[in-house]
Amino acid sequence: MDDVIKLDAANYKDLLKHYIDTQDEKSLYGVEQVSKSFIKNHILPEEIVNLHIQALAELYPEMSEKFQHSMDFLLEAMISYGLAHQEFQMLREKQYEIKSEISVAASMQNTLLGTTKPEIEGLDIGIVSVPAHQMNGDYHHFVKGKDGSLGIAIADVIGKGIPAALCMSMIKYAMDSYPEDSMEPKSILKNLNRVVERNVDASMFITMLYAQYLPCEHKLHYASAGHEPGFYYDAEKGTFTEIETKGLVLGVSSDAEYEQYELKVNKGDMVILLTDGVTECRDGDRFIESEEILEVIKSYEDLPAQEMVNKVYKHFERLQDFELRDDFTLLILRREV
Amino acid sequence: MTPQSCVTIQKEWDIVGARQLGRDIAKKMGFGTVDQARIATAISELARNIYLYTENGQICFEVVENMNRKGLVILSTDNGPGIDDIGRVMEDGYSTSGGLGAGLPGVKRLMDEFDVQSEVGVGTKIKAIKWAR
Repeated sequence: MDDVIKLDAANYKDLLKHYIDTQDEKSLYGVEQVSKSFIKNHILPEEIVNLHIQALAELYPEMSEKFQHSMDFLLEAMISYGLAHQEFQMLREKQYEIKSEISVAASMQNTLLGTTKPEIEGLDIGIVSVPAHQMNGDYHHFVKGKDGSLGIAIADVIGKGIPAALCMSMIKYAMDSYPEDSMEPKSILKNLNRVVERNVDASMFITMLYAQYLPCEHKLHYASAGHEPGFYYDAEKGTFTEIETKGLVLGVSSDAEYEQYELKVNKGDMVILLTDGVTECRDGDRFIESEEILEVIKSYEDLPAQEMVNKVYKHFERLQDFELRDDFTLLILRREV
Repeated sequence: MTPQSCVTIQKEWDIVGARQLGRDIAKKMGFGTVDQARIATAISELARNIYLYTENGQICFEVVENMNRKGLVILSTDNGPGIDDIGRVMEDGYSTSGGLGAGLPGVKRLMDEFDVQSEVGVGTKIKAIKWAR
């Protein structure tokens, strides 16, 4: 590496000489290249000033002493910049390390919390879940029951990033431990509430909506633990209504009870479940209204559910300059026949 | 090894005195301008810590020589509050002066060798060496 520096140093001197004689752009372009090579080789600003001083002394041995002193003065002034530069360099490397650790954690999270969208005759499902940062604090899960029913959990940890993501793994494993035939929404929430209350820091809350779809009866049973209310789309009337929900967030009180609701789903109707990352999208400084979300959803009504959620996500991602402020999860369930 | 020469740090002005003495020794030892400037900056940092955080302390200089090289040793000694968590103050970005001061990591970078010993309530001893090239 020392050879590279020596070569660059010689080059610097020649370029300087040429520039002093001609003031041409070519030498300036040349010094730009040399400068990049210096940066690559971690040459500090004070060393470049020193190189300049030496080059001048060689080119102009008769240079005034006063001018020489002024250059030494400049060199002293550069020392602290050199230190700051080294510090930034170090912090940047550290940041890179942390980032790559988090990305390992994020892919692990995907493996741990992964769920597959089930194929159910007569039911069209679309789901999109995108984290604001690397790790997702939203969670959704599908469970196919032995009786042919479909369980859907959608949850949000109050908070973002790593702590929220860690918390979700716990929820997932608690849910996995329930027997498949006891999927009643209200009892699932009651059980989870106890798990969260016992195991999670008091400052952390989880909201969840648990729904169970019974394909034979075309009914949706659901219960909510303080979760963002979803919407119901009546295909015949072409209108949306907010799904009625009531229930305490998970982890607040150990003996919380949850109310269970029932919804009849007709042909072509849609159930829309989401997290507050969707409803709290922002257009500049303004929070969007839920009507705007519904309008966007309606405009893609003719598409399959998965394409709908993808298009809606793309719409709001663009509206927010491609920078999500919160984890975004949107689920659409449509009865086809 | 030459006898030590020391500067007591009480007033801000003493920092300049310590720099001057250190630079004179460095110049005499044949350090180049860049290294002289680095040594002076390291002295500043150490002397400033004494001036800001302790009642009383000293910066001393020593020339060490072994078979094939010569080095300038800066010794900073104080009987101030001491450093509780040395690992922490050696971390980049920690410097209490808000990143502008080079802090102890800066001193470590400016010099070739660096060692801290500190005891809370007793004081801090820092030894830093720059080898002449």
